[in-house]
Amino acid sequence: MSATSSTDTELAARAVNVHKVYGTGDAQVAALRGVDVDLRRGQFTAIMGPSGSGKSTLMHCLAGLDTVSEGDVYVADMKVNGMSDKELTALRRDRIGFIFQQFNLLPMLTAEENILLPLAIAGRKPSPEWLAKVIETVGLSDRLGHRPTELSGGQQQRVACARALVSQPEVIFADEPTGNLDSRAGAEVLKFLRDSVRTLGQTIVMVTHDPNAASYADRVVFFADGHVVSEITEPTADAVLDMMKKIDTLEKVA
Amino acid sequence: MFKATLKSVLSRKLRLLLSGLAVVLGVTFVSGAFVLQDTLGRSFDAQFAGAYDDIDLQVAAKARVSGSAGDAASAPVGLDAATVRRVADVPGVGKADGDIRVEGARALGKDGKVVPSTGGPRYGKGWTGETSLLALRKGHAPAKPDEVAINAGLAEKGHFSVGDSIGVLTGQPKRSFTVAGIFGYSGDRDSIGGEQTVAFTEPVARELMLGHNGQYSAISVDLASGAKSATVKAALKKELGSGFEVRTGEELSKASADRSREILDLVTQVLLGFAAVAVLVGVFLIINTFSIIIAQRMRELALLRALGASRRQMIGSVLLESLVIGLVAAVIGLGLGVGLGALGASLLAGTIKGLEVADLAVPANAVVVSLVVGVGVTMLAALFPALRAAKVAPIAVIRSAVAPDRKHRKQTWTGSVLLVLGAALLVMGLAGSGDAAMSAVLPGVLLTFIGVTLLTPLISRPAVWLLGGLFSRSLPGQLGRRNSARNPRRTAITASALMIGVALVTTLSTVAASAKDSVNNEISDKLKSQLVAMGDSGDSMSASIDPAALRQARGVDGVEAVAAASFDTAKVGKDTQSVSSWEDWGAARGMLSLRAEAGSIDELAPGSVLMNKATAKDRDLKVGDKVTVQLQRGEPRSYRLAGTFEDMALANSVVIPWADATEGFRNAQPSQAFFELAADASVASVQPGIEKALRDSPEVTVQSKDAIAQKFNDGFDMMLNLVQALLAVAMIIAVLGIVNTLALSVMERTKELGALRAIGLGRGQTIRMIMTESVVISLFGAVLGVVVGAGLGLAVAHSMRSQGVNTLSLPWSLMAVYLVGAAIVGALASLGPARRGARLNVLRAVTQE
Ligand SMILES: Nc1ncnc2c1ncn2[C@@H]1O[C@H](COP(=O)(O)OP(=O)(O)OP(=O)(O)O)[C@@H](O)[C@H]1O
Ligand SMILES: [Mg+2]
Repeated sequence: MSATSSTDTELAARAVNVHKVYGTGDAQVAALRGVDVDLRRGQFTAIMGPSGSGKSTLMHCLAGLDTVSEGDVYVADMKVNGMSDKELTALRRDRIGFIFQQFNLLPMLTAEENILLPLAIAGRKPSPEWLAKVIETVGLSDRLGHRPTELSGGQQQRVACARALVSQPEVIFADEPTGNLDSRAGAEVLKFLRDSVRTLGQTIVMVTHDPNAASYADRVVFFADGHVVSEITEPTADAVLDMMKKIDTLEKVA
Repeated sequence: MFKATLKSVLSRKLRLLLSGLAVVLGVTFVSGAFVLQDTLGRSFDAQFAGAYDDIDLQVAAKARVSGSAGDAASAPVGLDAATVRRVADVPGVGKADGDIRVEGARALGKDGKVVPSTGGPRYGKGWTGETSLLALRKGHAPAKPDEVAINAGLAEKGHFSVGDSIGVLTGQPKRSFTVAGIFGYSGDRDSIGGEQTVAFTEPVARELMLGHNGQYSAISVDLASGAKSATVKAALKKELGSGFEVRTGEELSKASADRSREILDLVTQVLLGFAAVAVLVGVFLIINTFSIIIAQRMRELALLRALGASRRQMIGSVLLESLVIGLVAAVIGLGLGVGLGALGASLLAGTIKGLEVADLAVPANAVVVSLVVGVGVTMLAALFPALRAAKVAPIAVIRSAVAPDRKHRKQTWTGSVLLVLGAALLVMGLAGSGDAAMSAVLPGVLLTFIGVTLLTPLISRPAVWLLGGLFSRSLPGQLGRRNSARNPRRTAITASALMIGVALVTTLSTVAASAKDSVNNEISDKLKSQLVAMGDSGDSMSASIDPAALRQARGVDGVEAVAAASFDTAKVGKDTQSVSSWEDWGAARGMLSLRAEAGSIDELAPGSVLMNKATAKDRDLKVGDKVTVQLQRGEPRSYRLAGTFEDMALANSVVIPWADATEGFRNAQPSQAFFELAADASVASVQPGIEKALRDSPEVTVQSKDAIAQKFNDGFDMMLNLVQALLAVAMIIAVLGIVNTLALSVMERTKELGALRAIGLGRGQTIRMIMTESVVISLFGAVLGVVVGAGLGLAVAHSMRSQGVNTLSLPWSLMAVYLVGAAIVGALASLGPARRGARLNVLRAVTQE
């Protein structure tokens, strides 16, 4: 089963028949075995699947953090595989945003400085309106001067989200962004992500294990054993849960 | 536990290797010094073995002035024939012969200059025939007053053969002789310990070497058959009393060897100085390494504690680790040190005529000291981090791995106390005089350093912040600046390692700059003589000018006045110190622009002395006081202090009336002469005339004022060069420290770096960020060092007023060079870690747990 769709200009990122093999010989692991995914602009996509099914690997390949063994990866209309380190750096700086499970904020910088870091690295000035909008959406206006250690996990993750948003990247990759948060803080972050898609037109791809989290997305892509096995649009938590069970039984049968 | 420790050592090879390197360097210098001393020491022993075989016992009168000047500088006290008879009458003495052998006969080569040293003393002796030790190789014994025999070493160095004419300088002006014979020593030696000997006929030797003060310089005793050396020695001592020394041939050999070893002491001291710096800086490096390792392993350690490991076990494990490193470093250092010692020994031996380098051996003390220094220092330095490791609470397993930097109130206290103590010792040492005071300076400096280091974390955050401002224009610079301010303690210790080296050099540079400026100011402002004749070596006592030639120079057209001076050491009160005398005090006073400070210095009447202000203060003397002066020859005399003058480097000392000096100084001839020219005479027109007059006094050269100033400057510059080599050693180690710290920081921040790279920080930017951190830390250390060093240097320079340092100057340009050098060093040190940071696998870095 594949998840292809209409014209290229609407696509923020795309994976075409991507294979990824780790290791050699006996220790060989095929993490991705021919994955085709299209990620449309302005869409909030969730990726789900059992542990070890290759979700993170796909994200890493899409973001140019890891190389593919076979197939092609595109961000906007640029082919990511085959780029030099310099090009990859520029790609990450200008076109891609990251949200990590561990927040990965810089401890010596304040929240605001962390948010502005991608722009500072690129040597760009933030447009004041955009910045105000982002900060308002994250809801951290009174916490901007604080250091990461002085913020709660949820707040830190929202700073990380703002950091990913501020440079208006083509696509934001979030690998289990709520994995380290309790349900309330997680809900705040997810709401924020959904809002940024709805109101700011951002494209976001999120890996999650939580059907509830997935229900915030516009579309859920299901992974198993290095393949895309199914997808749901306009998901509800129940629909996601059902699908997960189905995949589980399928796997057991297989 | 042992196995776990060993594993942990091996897993952090590189880092430990870096910190171990400092210890290796320290041990290398220490063991190198010992090996050098041992090897050359044995070479000298072998060289002098048998040098006095022909003598059973030797009797000599004790020198009148001894002490700091040592044997070489003291004039021999002559013995008369009556003493020889007294010695001969002592039971057990078979034969007693008077000998003349005194240091100070300088042979002139064919170019008219003194034959260069062959590494040993220059003796003048009275020929007493061949012995079992000494035999003629060519020609015959000196028989006429104008004949001499010389040793083969001197003949070779000066290219003399039998029949040549040879000029010799002694206590009297140049005399010419004919080389009648050339002699060598048993064992086919050309020279013993690089000595040069001119053997005159006895009456000539008596005149030239003893100046008719007695008949002999020593008495050689042959024992009667069956007499025991020790018994006769005791009997001689009893007969002659305390004014005499009685030594066996063996003791004499040993004394000669010991004297030759003195040049070794200097080399040894330099090496030990290097070792001290290496070790001192190394201590900081080791403390830092272990602190960081422990900070990194906080979780692991806490887990161990949670699993029930006791504090003792934790300390033991860290100490065991340091023991292993110390041991390995000591062994490597010892190996390198043996090489260094061997190299040094062969280089040094090359400068000494006829010295055969003894077989290389590793003396036991080198091994012991290497191990003690290597292991001791490493373990001591690891102790503090170990104690801290033991304090890790089991709860830290759950808490964040990197503990926040707490305020260390205890450390601040200790630092303050040590700093105050160090400063007090310094003040005490610098204000006082004598050896006791000087020995307070070293611990004072050490305590000051440690104190400053302990206090450094307090200022490191703001200081680094300020310095980092230099780089805050670009983003990598900003990030680097912040990173360097993140861990003030670590930054402080790393910077301290650099601080010590820079501080030491700045201290000495400041002292040198002050001394240089003092001399230069005096020469340009006060010295009225446009031409000066003085020896080439800085030693004011090592040259002599023929008084007759000087009279001739006074008659040269355009010479207005001449002030000639002679210098010596004497016992003034209880202390040995430099004394001077001027042939024409009035002229000297004018030419040196001396101004009275108390009493009158217009005249130097018989029975009175003058001195500079600082010397009077040191000796606690006031105008009108009596002071006893024992010159090299004659009986002690009591003088009245008639006046004191303002300090002036060229004149600072106790000034004795000329008449007394000609009798009492070792060398009655002047060693320096100052020429004042007539108003209408030019230096260029007068200089050749004076040079011509002084052509038979080749030990001095006639120089302009500027050349003299330049010569002083060159002397200081040479010292500075040596000091800068010291800095290089300290820098190398400090660089290791910076590399170490940075490498660890990069490792610690892998995740952060990964995140930065993931959001688009380029490789170049990453490198610049890490480089900035490094440069900021090094600059911090250098600034600290320059400030501390300048302070110390000014204090030391201030304390040297009595030595004529009356201008305090800071070596601005050198200080700037040290700062720039530190910045460069910092940049270089960051290359490795920065490369690693830039090459980081981004994916692995961000996904790491
Ligand atoms: N660096 C690597 N070297 C070898 N194998 C790897 C590596 N990274 C991932 N794998 C393997 O690839 C497969 C997919 O891993 P991936 O991390 O993409 O799974 P995931 O779907 O993200 O799982 P989870 O939900 O647990 O995060 C797994 O079998 C994993 O063991
Ligand atoms: Mg994953």
